[in-house]
Amino acid sequence: MKKKSLLHRTIIIVLVTLAGLYLVIGPRRRPTLKDFTWSGIKATLASNIHLGLDLQGGSHLVMRVKVEDYLKRLTEEAFSAAQNAAKDAGFEIKGGRPETGNNNYRVILEVADPSKINDIKSAIEQKVELGDTSVWSFSTSGAQMIWTMTGTAQRSLSADATKQALDIIDRRINALGITEPTLQSHGAQNAYQILLQMPGVSDPERVKDILKGQSRLEMVHVIGPQNPAPATTYPTREAALESVGGTLPPNRNILPYIERADTTDKNQAQPPTQWVVVDVPAIISGDEIRNATASNAQGGSVNDFAINFSLKKGGADKFGAWTGANINEYMGVVLNGEVRSIAFIRSQIFDSGQISGRFTQAQAEDLALILRSGALPAPIEYLEERTVGPSLGADSIRAGVRASLVGLALVVVFMLVYYRGSGVNAVVALILNMILMLAGLIVFGATLTLPGIAGMILTIGMAVDSNVLIFERIREEILSGKTIPSAVEQGFSRAFITIIDTHVTTIVSSLFLFVFGTGPIRGFAVTLVIGLLVNLFSAVYVSKTIFIWLLSRKERVESLSI
Amino acid sequence: MFQILQQVNVDWLGNRIWFIGISVLLMLVGLGSAVFRQATGGQAFNLGVDFKGGTVVTARFKQKPSDEEIRSALGAKGIRDAVVQPVTDRTDTVLIKVPLEEGKDGRAQVREALNQFGTEAAPGVELEADQNAGYKIIGTDAVGAIAGAQLRNKAIAVTLLALVGILVYIAFRFEWTYGAAAVIAVFHDVLVTLGFFSIFQIEISLNVIAALLTLVGFSVNDTIVVFDRVRENRKLHRRDSLYKITNDAINQTLSRTVITNGLVFLSVLALVLFGGDVLRAFSLALFIGVIFGTYSSIAIASPIMVWWEQRVEAANRQAALSYSQPVRGGVRTPAKTSGRDAMAPSTGNRSTRAGRA
Repeated sequence: MKKKSLLHRTIIIVLVTLAGLYLVIGPRRRPTLKDFTWSGIKATLASNIHLGLDLQGGSHLVMRVKVEDYLKRLTEEAFSAAQNAAKDAGFEIKGGRPETGNNNYRVILEVADPSKINDIKSAIEQKVELGDTSVWSFSTSGAQMIWTMTGTAQRSLSADATKQALDIIDRRINALGITEPTLQSHGAQNAYQILLQMPGVSDPERVKDILKGQSRLEMVHVIGPQNPAPATTYPTREAALESVGGTLPPNRNILPYIERADTTDKNQAQPPTQWVVVDVPAIISGDEIRNATASNAQGGSVNDFAINFSLKKGGADKFGAWTGANINEYMGVVLNGEVRSIAFIRSQIFDSGQISGRFTQAQAEDLALILRSGALPAPIEYLEERTVGPSLGADSIRAGVRASLVGLALVVVFMLVYYRGSGVNAVVALILNMILMLAGLIVFGATLTLPGIAGMILTIGMAVDSNVLIFERIREEILSGKTIPSAVEQGFSRAFITIIDTHVTTIVSSLFLFVFGTGPIRGFAVTLVIGLLVNLFSAVYVSKTIFIWLLSRKERVESLSI
Repeated sequence: MFQILQQVNVDWLGNRIWFIGISVLLMLVGLGSAVFRQATGGQAFNLGVDFKGGTVVTARFKQKPSDEEIRSALGAKGIRDAVVQPVTDRTDTVLIKVPLEEGKDGRAQVREALNQFGTEAAPGVELEADQNAGYKIIGTDAVGAIAGAQLRNKAIAVTLLALVGILVYIAFRFEWTYGAAAVIAVFHDVLVTLGFFSIFQIEISLNVIAALLTLVGFSVNDTIVVFDRVRENRKLHRRDSLYKITNDAINQTLSRTVITNGLVFLSVLALVLFGGDVLRAFSLALFIGVIFGTYSSIAIASPIMVWWEQRVEAANRQAALSYSQPVRGGVRTPAKTSGRDAMAPSTGNRSTRAGRA
């Protein structure tokens, strides 16, 4: 009976050990002779274990979509659209304002004749989406018509904006050719955060700029006399305001216009900012862009780059109609609220155009990429940025491995000196524990991080504790006069209760860390949990099997090296 | 057989006043340091960028300028309150900590200042490989205000949740008094360790929180080993008082306590000495934690458990005596046994309860 169970146990242990060894140092392809050399084993190990960013190098970015800006823009757009719709329908609007901020988004219109509110409302809601009661709740207060955005709508619109931003960022990352990025929403439901991890990218500045790059592109009509007169610009904003009579009418806007200097000549002073008056709404917006590419500007210097873009069908129709009717008028290309170039319409243009603004090649290429990937619904801000260069990661690995080996060596020496023969048990169990722990990490696809290495060192501590508990108990039982076999039996069964309790408590707390923890805390919890689970096998099952084997070799066991 | 400790017979619980006194003193010193620093305009704890926000840049130089030179280069670019901290493992590397400034990119700011010492190696090119470069930024940790608050709240929440998890499990396996005693002891360890962090102004980062949670695990571990023995001994020696049983349990498990914690201590020491700079604060927290975790299972958890259990017992006995028949649904013990408890000598324990667990 005993023999048979020993055989069973041995088979199980050998199989598990071989499986563990294969997982850790076995190549995932047909093995070659080189895989059995030391450097070959090291290479396979490195490719099998998924290293965290802190060890292999890379960047970890947490960004937040500024959803309040998105809601603000929606409200403002709804306000000006409503105002225009009411006027188009022939109603008099005395005033009003969009109210934004503090989780409160309202469109307020003040009408001249309160008795017509219902007519105005239906006229507006035919054209503007303010009639959607799932988003806007309507109320009146005297002559004021008030549409308030509901809390539910705020949350769902914000979530949509985050989702959109995630898609656009995804497109931009792909266009940049970043390998194996992790992109996901981050934090609580209403945090509107996005986590991006890029292994191998340890200098993410350009990536960061491109990801948060705004691309609100518009083609606008610049007010002023036609060509051949030059485009009308004003030296100051006040002067521009003066030209429209002191107050800005709702169908006009004043934008800055910066004529770029030749970027090749650094000594040349930047020309001063000028101001132009433009028509509202814009002729077409960036949503209509189908493609954008950077190209060397015609006749320009090497560093004079422009962006060619083509428009989608709907945009091309609008653009063609407008340009056809406005030959010799001036048109401005507005990027992120700044006029980048002004040109007059030579002939009707349908589906393509050019933004020339004396860009460098890199600027033009990045901008084209941003335009291609679509506009972010709202600006994003970076909350957290962690980058680790490959050399720093390598330093960490070296330090971690060194500390683990020193720790392991100290433990091994002590166990062999203090427990003699039985110490071998503990050492075998410890080494098996390390192998299976790594195998566990690979099986669960977990990442090994620097705190994870610390977790491994602590697992060594816990693993050796199990053996110490068992051995001390066996010693106690021997001292109390029991026979060796029964002392071993008792020692294991008594200590086992304690081992279960200590392991479960630590696993319980580690699970909390894993589920709710962040970054380093998680990496730590993973290795600890896997290590403890493995330990129940290596420190109890394997160690006991070795004892059974020792005891089975003689008929009567008089002494035990412990 | 070579043994460190043989047949120890120490009256641990008899010294409880001393033990608890020392602990209270240590906690008061830690608390005093935190309060004093806060009140005198300093900081109670040296919170790292993880919790406070800010940027830490790790820069490696071909020829490292002195910390003073780096500081003045930073100052020249308008970066005030920057901390320049050498890395103990490598003389060519330095940590530069820049406080949070709204709308500014800490890494770009530092780079601008460091350009005084030569150009930075191009992205994707190692410092050694770039002939013309003078330095390279090899790591950044930048945390904004929102993320900092988020990480701080999460760390606290996770720690408390883990403690509750432990309390529930021990209450389930033993008794809730045992669980409470263990959790109080663990809380004590965390407070004492934090006290040390305040006194020596060691930086508290996310890694340190991980270390605190590990020490929670270890301390509870130790406590459970003792409590487990108490539970077992209660079954074997029904006539002994809980006081004696607990003392015996501590003595019986003492050699295990010394060996295990000695080994853990050695592993942690290896971490402190060889684990590198990134893990240093983590290892230090554990280093302090392991010492107090061991101490608290003997000096804090056990006395509290005994005191609490005795009070509960006394209350039960009182309840049993004031009624002529066994109490139904008495405070804690099943009605069946409370009668016998009442008649047992003053040293009697509720063996059936211990047996249940």
